[in-house]
Amino acid sequence: MTTPALTVHGLNKSFGSLVVANDIELALPQGERHALIGPNGAGKTTLINLMTGMLTPDGGQILLGDADISRLPPDLRVKRGLVRTFQINSLFPHLSALEAVTLAIGERRGIAPTWWRALPVYRDAIEEAYAILVSLRLGHVCTRPTRELAYGQQRLLEIALALATRPHVLLLDEPAAGVPRDESAELFSAIAGLSKDISILFIEHDMNVVFRFASRIIVMVGGRILVEGTPAEIAADRQVREVYLGKRHHV
Amino acid sequence: MTPASPAFAPQAYLQAQTRWHAIELVFWLSCLLPFVLFPNYLVLASQIAITALFALSLDLILGYAGIVSLGHAAFFGLGAYSAGLLAKHGWGEPLSGLVLGALVAAFVGYVSSFVIARFRHLTLIMITLGFGLLLHELANKAHWLTGGADGLQGVRMWPLLGTFTFDLWGYTAYAYSLLVLFAVFLVTRRLINSPFGLSLRGIRENPVRMPAIGAPSAAHIRKIYTLSAAIAGIAGALLAQTTETVSLETLSFQRSADVLVILVLGGAGRLYGGFVGAIIFMVARDRFSGVTPQYWYFGIGVLLIAVVMFLPNGILGGLARLAASWRSKAT
Repeated sequence: MTTPALTVHGLNKSFGSLVVANDIELALPQGERHALIGPNGAGKTTLINLMTGMLTPDGGQILLGDADISRLPPDLRVKRGLVRTFQINSLFPHLSALEAVTLAIGERRGIAPTWWRALPVYRDAIEEAYAILVSLRLGHVCTRPTRELAYGQQRLLEIALALATRPHVLLLDEPAAGVPRDESAELFSAIAGLSKDISILFIEHDMNVVFRFASRIIVMVGGRILVEGTPAEIAADRQVREVYLGKRHHV
Repeated sequence: MTPASPAFAPQAYLQAQTRWHAIELVFWLSCLLPFVLFPNYLVLASQIAITALFALSLDLILGYAGIVSLGHAAFFGLGAYSAGLLAKHGWGEPLSGLVLGALVAAFVGYVSSFVIARFRHLTLIMITLGFGLLLHELANKAHWLTGGADGLQGVRMWPLLGTFTFDLWGYTAYAYSLLVLFAVFLVTRRLINSPFGLSLRGIRENPVRMPAIGAPSAAHIRKIYTLSAAIAGIAGALLAQTTETVSLETLSFQRSADVLVILVLGGAGRLYGGFVGAIIFMVARDRFSGVTPQYWYFGIGVLLIAVVMFLPNGILGGLARLAASWRSKAT
């Protein structure tokens, strides 16, 4: 058995008496697509914040491949290949899409500290940025400032920025949040089409999407992992139906 | 060539954005006009050039990296006193004085940048303000070194490059200040259009996202803050050398506030914003203070309010918007 792409051991975090992460155990095998589901306030985004280093855990371990990254600052975790997107667009409003993606590529390639050479010298980096944008069908709007892009295009740019860092593990926090249903299917097929070298953990509320794209599903409730299993197992789980799916969902 | 066309070349597109505009050449050529048109105002012109250089240094951190400072005069004053003291104590060669001013300011800038890189917004304003006031008070108390409130007297400059003496009318002073401004501007322009410049704009646009794309924001901030301090130091050194004196005012809160006003007037983050602001501010000060020496700032205040209300991106920002709307009408 090969080492999982991402492993979390005994991760804990509380704010005062509120436990937001309670002894989290998690393993994401290479090339898999797992979904993280759970009601609002279950601690899904918090878990991403903990894994990416935006929050400091009270205890526990985060391994990327074999390497313990628990103590690395967020930017170095990204450099190692653990990358996230944001549920609420976190973009660069006045940069064009092309500039924003080039920026991320510049940081990855280590050319960002260079101040004595003009950016257009780095043709490769710019061409790579453009190729990423074209692959996500943003090529035709790449010179527009980010704030002028349609909301759905901004969601795609979120993913483009993450891809520009060449992730090994991608944590997608509700990539289709706020996107109409038909567009959301399109967005997820773009995600499904990503290279199998990238292991993906995504948070999503739309059960149709989850059951279609995830090979395994992790259910979180109240800062704990309630149950983990294949879509069929989760659909059949009585506990899950009670606390999360409720009676409205017929899956 | 639009992005929709299959022949769209992203690299050529970005290159075109960094090209020199004709209006830039016009601007720099018109900087030579005072030599012919206003030979009686060369001293003022030289002070405008120095102020513009100081504003450019603030623009690097405020306009490009989004780091607010209300104490930038600290570096201006450090540069001024370093160059002034060097000349006073027997070494009046101007260019080495500039280098010393830049180095001293850069050193203090580098040390303080470790604190600066950790904070933002109001906290940053308070820290820079406090730091500026502290340095001002230190210079005031160190009478033996700085001359305190009397200012540093006895600064004697040698001729520039061993040839050009600093004359009473300001010919050498203006030529010198303008050349230094232009040289620093060229470096700054390159920096803004570099990968580093893009990363700075990233920090300004979204400091939270930067670490999530693998960017070491704090390291970037330390670097630009040090560089900005060095340029402010050069500006201060220029003032000390061209006026052959250093007053306590070079370190004052007023100077920090003025340069902020200048940048907001002209337009922050626009490379030429500080220049436009400096010209308006300094000429207004020269004109108004002749009429009402006590209340000349009143006019600046009215102008500032008008600009902030109607042109939130400064005068240059307003002009750019105007030009863009003309262009879209033309097509």
